[in-house]
Amino acid sequence: MVSKVPAFADAEPEVVRPSVAAVISVQSLVHRYEDRTALNAVSFDVRPAELFGLLGPNGSGKTTLFRILSTLMIPTAGRAIVMGYDAVQAPAQVRRQIGVVFQAPSVDPKLTAYENLWHQGHLYGLRGAGLKQRVGEILARVGLADRAKERVETFSGGMQRRIELAKGLLHHPGVLLLDEPTTGLDPGARRDLWQYLQMLRDEEHVSVLVTTHLMEEAERCDRLAILNEGNLVALGTPTELKSEIGGDVILLDAAHEAGSLAERVRVRFHVETTVLENQVRIERKEGHRFITDVVEAFPGEIQAVSVSKPALEDVFIHRTGHKFWSENQDEQSESAPKRR
Amino acid sequence: MARPASAASAGVLLPAFTLWWREIVRFYRQTTRVIGVLASPLVFWLVIGSGFGTSFRSGGGPGQQHYLDYFYPGALIMIVLFTSIFTMMSVIEDRKEGFLLSVLVAPVPRSAIVLGKVLGGTTLSAIQGLIFLIFAPFAGVHLAPLQVLLVAAVVFLVSFSLTALGFAIAWPMDSSQAFHGIVNLFLIPLWLLSGALFPMTGASGWIRALMHLNPLTYGVDALRSLLYPGAPASFTLSSSIATLVLFSLVMFGLAFLMANRRSKRPPA
Repeated sequence: MVSKVPAFADAEPEVVRPSVAAVISVQSLVHRYEDRTALNAVSFDVRPAELFGLLGPNGSGKTTLFRILSTLMIPTAGRAIVMGYDAVQAPAQVRRQIGVVFQAPSVDPKLTAYENLWHQGHLYGLRGAGLKQRVGEILARVGLADRAKERVETFSGGMQRRIELAKGLLHHPGVLLLDEPTTGLDPGARRDLWQYLQMLRDEEHVSVLVTTHLMEEAERCDRLAILNEGNLVALGTPTELKSEIGGDVILLDAAHEAGSLAERVRVRFHVETTVLENQVRIERKEGHRFITDVVEAFPGEIQAVSVSKPALEDVFIHRTGHKFWSENQDEQSESAPKRR
Repeated sequence: MARPASAASAGVLLPAFTLWWREIVRFYRQTTRVIGVLASPLVFWLVIGSGFGTSFRSGGGPGQQHYLDYFYPGALIMIVLFTSIFTMMSVIEDRKEGFLLSVLVAPVPRSAIVLGKVLGGTTLSAIQGLIFLIFAPFAGVHLAPLQVLLVAAVVFLVSFSLTALGFAIAWPMDSSQAFHGIVNLFLIPLWLLSGALFPMTGASGWIRALMHLNPLTYGVDALRSLLYPGAPASFTLSSSIATLVLFSLVMFGLAFLMANRRSKRPPA
């Protein structure tokens, strides 16, 4: 199906065709708003039938990237190629290939579930009996067949999300793009949505790109791109990323001044230390042995100590030198994962 | 797996139809809006009618003897003007509610979005204008079927052009307050200088020039010559209608240009 040359391709004769291995190819993508750089030369590929996560805190650039991929915004520089079509030069072709689920709802609450999907189908050139059948099919798929004739405004948050998902999938897109799809959902609805995404990948071979700021969601992805302040800081499977951390992660709560404690621990034990607010963070093998040594070496200076297996947040700290959630990020701070 | 329902090019008409239909369905599901649309011409008419007192019953005049008769076409235009432009607040609502985003990422030509939304608003405001026509006999107007059709055509053209103008104004806006501000700046002068309140013949030179430039003048004039065949008109009916068609096309083009801009800025 990717046989046509994209429109306006003659403006740039050498249209880069990604290998079949990539359904989305992001190439040195740069985006600047008036006063800040939201994306700074980001590159990665999404492979067919892959559940790909875009993980980053608020303001990391993931929503900007999402807007560019969904053809809503033109990047300052670089390319975004979806199923072989350039999102800037051939937006109409890209739009035909993608299903999009936005963070904010896009369903019309005044219309019924059936009507929402009926209109959506028309926007994608589906009509008549075929559309009717497909709407029935997709409503059954998201478990809302019996609510088809009810207005969406009467639905719970989780049910509205399922209608959003049904809208995105109605036209059988090869690529599904989702922007923080679990925002505002309770844990049960969250789990359902992720199971559904995994099923789409496994049974229908849909490639899924999902943005998230939740570590536990990122863990469920096949591969991850971690963004921080517009930079791609890590790319790989969750396991690969975590294995790059040497052993365990040790955290020391400093009784007085974390900076000086970190310096003295570094000199004494010849380890890399990072200061996070009032904590000193160390990556080291055999963490349980290390903590007894360090507590004995600095009596009275350590209030609390913890040792844990590396998590994705440790990957983020390892690569950026700061926490995923800083104290002043009040918005959404309750959803920040607690450290073990 | 087989994909029988795979997305094809949706063309212009199917998406435009679906957006038009949605506008109508949304309208009649909001009872307060339906009441507003049906009742406001009535209220308007009653207030004016009692304000002008006995001339209400006079009837029969050729549109010159009583100010109320003179005012009737202008009142009709005013109703159409406000309804048309304000229906396009739905563009701002669609943007806020997120619906517009899902249309923007669909393979739908922007012309279809403009056409669907504008025809939706046009339908609603033309219906309201035509409801006002029911009161025409009380203003001494008795219409033959052909005239009714011509009046409906003029009302449609005025509605369409103004709805398209409303669309063009609403498209880049993110708040309905800003929309109100801009619209009031345009709307009142546009209406005042349309011949709705005072005839062009009596106006001073520069006001008259402005009235000549105002497309609404041609709508008011066309309606007046249709409703009161004996009354002197400033333009011929065909030239008025031609002007309105041209104005409609220009406004549609403007709305299309606004909607067609692709941006480096966030869409919502």
